[in-house]
Parts: sequence; structure tokens; C-alpha cells
Amino acid sequence: MEEDKSESKLLTEDRKIVVPGEILAKGIDYLPGHGTYKMNSEIRSKVLGLVKIKNHLINVVPLSGGYMPQERDGVIGEVVDVQPYAWLVNINSPYLGYLPLAEGVEEFVDLAKSDLTEFFDVGDVIYAKIKKVTKRKDVLLTMKDKMCRKLHGGNIIKITPAKVPRLIGKGGSMVETIKQKTGCKIIIGQNGFVWISGENISAAAKAVLMVEKESHTTGLTERIEKMLDKELKGDNNE
Amino acid sequence: MSERSDGRKFDELREIEARANLIKRANGSGYFRFGSTSAISAVYGPVEMHPRHLSDPRRAFIKFRYNMAPFSTKDRNRPGPSRRSIEISKVIKEALSAVIEREEFPRAGIEIYAEVLEADASTRCAALNASSIALAHAGIPMRDLVASCSVGKVNGQIVLDIAGEEDTEGEVDIPIGYVPSENKIHLLQMDGIMTKEEFKKALELGIKGCKIVYQKQVEALKEIFKTFESEEVNE
Repeated sequence: MEEDKSESKLLTEDRKIVVPGEILAKGIDYLPGHGTYKMNSEIRSKVLGLVKIKNHLINVVPLSGGYMPQERDGVIGEVVDVQPYAWLVNINSPYLGYLPLAEGVEEFVDLAKSDLTEFFDVGDVIYAKIKKVTKRKDVLLTMKDKMCRKLHGGNIIKITPAKVPRLIGKGGSMVETIKQKTGCKIIIGQNGFVWISGENISAAAKAVLMVEKESHTTGLTERIEKMLDKELKGDNNE
Repeated sequence: MSERSDGRKFDELREIEARANLIKRANGSGYFRFGSTSAISAVYGPVEMHPRHLSDPRRAFIKFRYNMAPFSTKDRNRPGPSRRSIEISKVIKEALSAVIEREEFPRAGIEIYAEVLEADASTRCAALNASSIALAHAGIPMRDLVASCSVGKVNGQIVLDIAGEEDTEGEVDIPIGYVPSENKIHLLQMDGIMTKEEFKKALELGIKGCKIVYQKQVEALKEIFKTFESEEVNE
């Protein structure tokens, strides 16, 4: 142990791109966070991603990968099946979201008189919150939260879920910029589905995809602004 | 005396080319080439497991398919699974399963498809290397990449990276799948006969080769993000 302590060493730096198995730190002075694992007093990365160091905690933020449902996440999903007392929702993950009747609607529903498709039918797009994820990854959804509703019209684009935080930006700055410039309504699901509605859908979608592609670079907000200005001016001229 | 049929040294690998991000519709993809042996691999997942009865409530199920393209060999290779390709699929799947953090995706499935485009010996090594790159690119958590190359005995000499005639005329062929961080071997097969000393020497040489392969895999993965940065400079 004594030896370990004297040898504690950081072998990477903040915002560096690492691959699975790459050694990040040695010794007991550093703690393995998300996307890392510890073996023989060495901390190594588990995913392809960017290193984030907070004091002594080392995290690796993945740059790719699917969505894993997490409690309290707001997600956009498509209803894929209607069951007697529930809806099944595709939330862009290996596991379907389960929205029971009691969580889906506020009012009392007399099943003898009404059909669940009156509320949500197959193909409907909803914004829902994840209420619970069990250990075996059963995903319970709820509509009893602010923002939760059926999404009418608009377009959906799919981005890598790992890049959702970048699209939102610090305190929502990035998405706010896109909303203001294009005048579109944008709702981002933590699962990587982005719903856009409004006049300049194509410009907004282009900006969203640009954020996805260039998420690991700095000075992105300015470039997005520039791109949108150019794009929108072009539209006006026509 | 010191040269091989293609002019390489005994401990020299063929030219290596490794790339990632070639197939847009897949979650991850990789390409690996040793001289004129090349393989491409695509990863889909984690996805809902089909058929359902195969899903494991504790961990992800890995589906792996190794396939040789009909045009990959000198004589046309009959398409479809064969005894050989089923066996190779199994050993590569097991080598990769040992590094993937399967417990993070209970009930789900991860699908990996590797296609050999050109076959000139060591195809399973190329397929394994390409698949490792593809898995990492797909963002699947794994403890390390698996690097693989072959060693063998040709005309009484221990050589690295068996190619062409050495495969058919050599005495021994050993593919090795090696995980550097754990210093473990996850794939090892051998046909032919060797003494214990020769085997030890061959294994040592093989691990040396795998470490070079590993470097190329890491470079390929980091290259995905570099390409963009250089584009930006050009603008």
C-alpha cells in the first residue's frame, strides 16, 4: 500500500480522447468514475470518450453509444403497442418503455366504455419522464410531470444520446441559441430523439446535426450562430 | 536464409491498415488489413434480443458472425456458413465476450458481423481486430481491445504473421488474441506440431506482434476525431 501511495500518478489530461483499456491514472489518490474501471491499482477507461477530471474523480464521457434509461430522464418516444392497461413506447434503447394507464392519463378511465387508443395510439409521439428503472431494466414511464405531453406535428431527428448534454449546452445555452435564431420549437429527449417544429425546420435540424458531429470541439456555439445566420439569410433572399 | 517468401524478416508483420467509422448505418464499424488479408466489421446494439428465448436476464448476449466473402479467395468460396466459419465465429465471440462489460445490458443483444474481404491467411486475426475497433466505436463498454496476429513455423523457423504460401506449406499456424491491459490471451489455436521451447518462443513473438497491432487499433479509433479537426483547419 505504501508503495502505491508514493506512485500515485495521473497519466492523462482533461478533455483528452481515450480508448477502452487506456490507462488514466495509477495509485490510490484517484477515484474511478463513470466510464472507467480499476484493476491492480490502475484506473483505465471502459469506453471511447473524453476524459473529465473533477478533483480526484476521473470520468470518461462516452462519444458514442446507445441510450441507457435512467430515472428522472425526460425522453421522447414513439408508442409501438397498446395493451389492455398500458402502452409500450420505443425510447431508442434496447428496452421498451412501459407506460401504464394510471401513469398515462390523469382522469378516471372506464375501460368498458373507452379505448386506450383515444389517448395514445400506435405511432403517436410523446414526451415522458422515466419514473423508475429496475435492475433488470424494466422502464416505467410517467406522464405526470410538467412538459409531459403528446407531441403533435413537427419532425424528429435522432442524435447520439451521448451528445445530448452538448446540444443542450451550459444551462440550455446551445439549444436556446438555435431556438432563438430559427424560431423553432425544439424539445430534446435525453434518449437522443430531438423534436423540432416551426418554420425553419431544416436550418434547425442542420444545426442540431452539426452539434452532434462537432460536439468534442471548442467554440462551437459561435460557429453554430455563424452557420445559422448564413443559412437563414439564404432563405430570405430566395 | 534470413528472408521469407515475401521478403519479410522473421519477426516482421505485414503492412497494417486500421480504420474505424466506415459504415454509417451501424452503431460502430471497423476495418483491418494485414497485407492482402482484410476484414470489415459492423456492430449493432445493444438491441432488444431476438430470438427472445436466447436473452440472458443477467447480461447481454453476443451474436457474432464471421463470414468469408465469395470473392475473398483464389477459387470462389461457396457462400453461407460452413463448419470452419461457425467454429471461427465461436472462438472470436468468446474472445470478445471476455472483454465486453456484458452485465451493463441485461436481456439485450449485441450483434457483430465480420466479413472477410480478402483472404491471405490470418483471416480470423483480421476479423477479430476489425471487430474490436467496431465495438469500441459503437460505444460499448469494454475493459480493453483485443489485438490479434498469427505466428507459425515455416521451414523450421518461427515466424510472425503467417501469409500466403506459409499458411499452406508451413508446419505450424497459431492465431493469438491478446489483451494488453490484463496481459491475457483470449484466443489461441494451433495446428501442427511444435516442441515446448518452440511454442514458448512463438508465443512471445506473437504477443510482440499483438502489441504492434494494438497500437494501430488505438490510432484508428483516435483518427475518427482527428479527421474532423484537420478539416476545420482547412476551412
